[in-house]
Amino acid sequence: MSTELERDQQETGVEVTEDELEALIGDRALRRDDHLNAPGFVIRPDAVQDVLFDLRDEGGFDHLSCLTAQQYEDRYESIYHLKKYADPTQEVSVVVPTSVDDPVSQSAEPAFRTADWHEREAFDLVGIDYEGHPDPRRILLPETWQGHPLSKDYDQEQPQVVTLAEHANPIQPDHHDEESDTMFLNIGPHHPATHGVLHVKTVLDGETVVDIDPDVGYLHRCEEQMCQQGTYRHQIMPYPDRWDYVSAGLLNEWAYARTAEDLADIEVPEYAQIIRTMGAELCRIASHFLALGTFCLDVYGDFNAVFQYSFRDREVVQDILEDLTGQRLMFNYFRLGGVAWDLPEPRDEFIEKTRDFLDELPAKITEYNNLVTGNEIFQVRCNDTGVLQPDVAKDYGCTGPVARASGIDYDLRRDDPYGYYENLEWDVITRQGCDNYARVLCRMEEVEESAKIIDQCLDLLEDWPEDDREIQANVPRTLKPDPDTEVYRAVEGAKGELGIYIRSDGTDKPARFKIRSPCFHNLSALGEISEGDFIPDLIASLGSLDIVLGEVDR
Amino acid sequence: MSSDKPRQDIYDSTAPSTDTREARMGAGPDDRFNSKLREAFGASPFILTKFDQFMNWVRGNSMFMLQFGIACCSIEMIHTYAIKHDLDRFGAGVPRASPRQADVMIVPGTIVSKFGPRMKRVYDQMPEPKFVVGMGSCTISGGPFQEGYNVVKGAEEIIPVDIHVPGCPPRPEALIYGVAKLQERIRNGETSPVVVKPYELEQFGDLPKDELVQKLADDIDEEDLVMRYNWADSP
Repeated sequence: MSTELERDQQETGVEVTEDELEALIGDRALRRDDHLNAPGFVIRPDAVQDVLFDLRDEGGFDHLSCLTAQQYEDRYESIYHLKKYADPTQEVSVVVPTSVDDPVSQSAEPAFRTADWHEREAFDLVGIDYEGHPDPRRILLPETWQGHPLSKDYDQEQPQVVTLAEHANPIQPDHHDEESDTMFLNIGPHHPATHGVLHVKTVLDGETVVDIDPDVGYLHRCEEQMCQQGTYRHQIMPYPDRWDYVSAGLLNEWAYARTAEDLADIEVPEYAQIIRTMGAELCRIASHFLALGTFCLDVYGDFNAVFQYSFRDREVVQDILEDLTGQRLMFNYFRLGGVAWDLPEPRDEFIEKTRDFLDELPAKITEYNNLVTGNEIFQVRCNDTGVLQPDVAKDYGCTGPVARASGIDYDLRRDDPYGYYENLEWDVITRQGCDNYARVLCRMEEVEESAKIIDQCLDLLEDWPEDDREIQANVPRTLKPDPDTEVYRAVEGAKGELGIYIRSDGTDKPARFKIRSPCFHNLSALGEISEGDFIPDLIASLGSLDIVLGEVDR
Repeated sequence: MSSDKPRQDIYDSTAPSTDTREARMGAGPDDRFNSKLREAFGASPFILTKFDQFMNWVRGNSMFMLQFGIACCSIEMIHTYAIKHDLDRFGAGVPRASPRQADVMIVPGTIVSKFGPRMKRVYDQMPEPKFVVGMGSCTISGGPFQEGYNVVKGAEEIIPVDIHVPGCPPRPEALIYGVAKLQERIRNGETSPVVVKPYELEQFGDLPKDELVQKLADDIDEEDLVMRYNWADSP
């Protein structure tokens, strides 16, 4: 593999046209199956690696954004959504059908590491077997689960048995190596530093982490099933709030809004886009404050000053968001084609309140820098720990601040513009540090960029002519997109690329609703960044990845 | 000022400085320790009460909470502990990371099949007397995820719950109200009864040998603890 720099230079210049794609895949493509967002090629299940390697190395598609598995009446289908880190608007879908009786497909893991967890999930929920997969276990549901819940013939009423696997003695010799005296340690699922209910199976050699295995699924709330049972117009929108629940609600809602609006071809009025942009960036600020506060909590331990500071500031943001949306945490504010209502009256008061917050923000950032990033102990803890190299990050599909702190210049707000972002002045923050410190700094600088965006949005909203404040487009009461339309769209959530795949079947509910969660990918890289480090650094790395279990498990 | 010489005011007088104390006491007899309560008792320095009542009063005013984040509600729970709402004002704001040190468990979120046995285990590890506050709709009925294939229909399926705080998520004020209500109950010596729950931890060998158990017999040890979910019987 060539170095990152060379690859970047190669890619930015190369625009792969559809004809070139067709030539590249050649007669391995059985037929075309185009999606709204990308050309789609149907290939045989035993040609997966072959095609993906070619697309990666020759086409430059280095980002396996998502893997959607689904069952039709007559077949199973795995869809690999490929993108480029250099230009995410260049997309291609690789569709792999398998028979109902024997759903076996070749694993894509050798081409993209991130396919590991994705294929485990596809096996778990839909029931496709991936041949050559290095670790074919369930991932979200317990090992003893019967059936595959998103497959057609699943009976939800059948009883299930779940084990509470006990370790007779937590200290036991490691079985991997007879010579070494390693120690097995369970971190979680109930542990204050795992940010929820994550379970990390850790093997230690002294204080060094030798091997870790993140065990997720303790908050698998069937979000995809819930969304498949809801109608497009109103019933799905409340759920995205609950994926990444760290006040990132509007960002998540936007992911659904964008996907469904593309699917149903709805134009959003400009005024509503500005409100959306402002709200989403407020959410990003709140989310990054929490990331900072809890990270410091993990690094310093105990309920400390920085944590309280960050929550003080979050309260202010939440107050503003409450004024705007009527809720502190689960906003349910976006509607397809716009937002629920205009800015609260009196407008001046709201705008002034938000401005006050923005005016105080620089002083607060300085305060944080004095407290946190300027702190020598903090620097010693964070510099050169949890190092995530850019090529590893791409291999695992990392996005968001985690990728940007490893020098990957990838931000969907700029690269795949939506909302009002392209008309505003702001920068994408990248840092070259690749370590925990870089990730913290990256988030703090992003807060400042978000503040810039909000400020410009406020200017626009303030001067917007009163008779042109259209907050919603005309959307039919019942949305029924054309049958068999497929679309995959992503937005830049607080943690990274939050994507949604929807397939419609002509009814008012989606036939398949798949969520591409940034935390899921970022967490899968935890092993890479913490093995070989000390165990306190594992906790710090976990904190700096800023995962939310609601989004990892969905 | 060099430190080898005593400071001037101490050099001049060795009597203790009482300026602050005098300023606080003011003129007249020292009544700093008096209170309305003290006046009500009159001259008697004793209170007669039942020991149980005294213990309940103490318990209600010094509750150690379990630091237990599950889902969305835990964010609002953290806000309740943190700077603006500050649950500590009500004698209930010390989150303990270990269940062995905790009196109250706030269940803040959806319980799914994989987490049920773990939550039961954490609950079992808490010392008696212990209390549970169910936070949010998910702990009442499964909330918005009630129809999910993997979601336990409320915390009460697994552990006894003293107070239910509805909302999705409840506001911090609502949680404080719930905790205050719990304190009231504790002071009155009330707890919810501990009864057999639909989903209990039991040894695999004790399960009735139906089709599912026979299928799993090779994978699970007879002595392993398991939780059996009969979804069809769920409310």
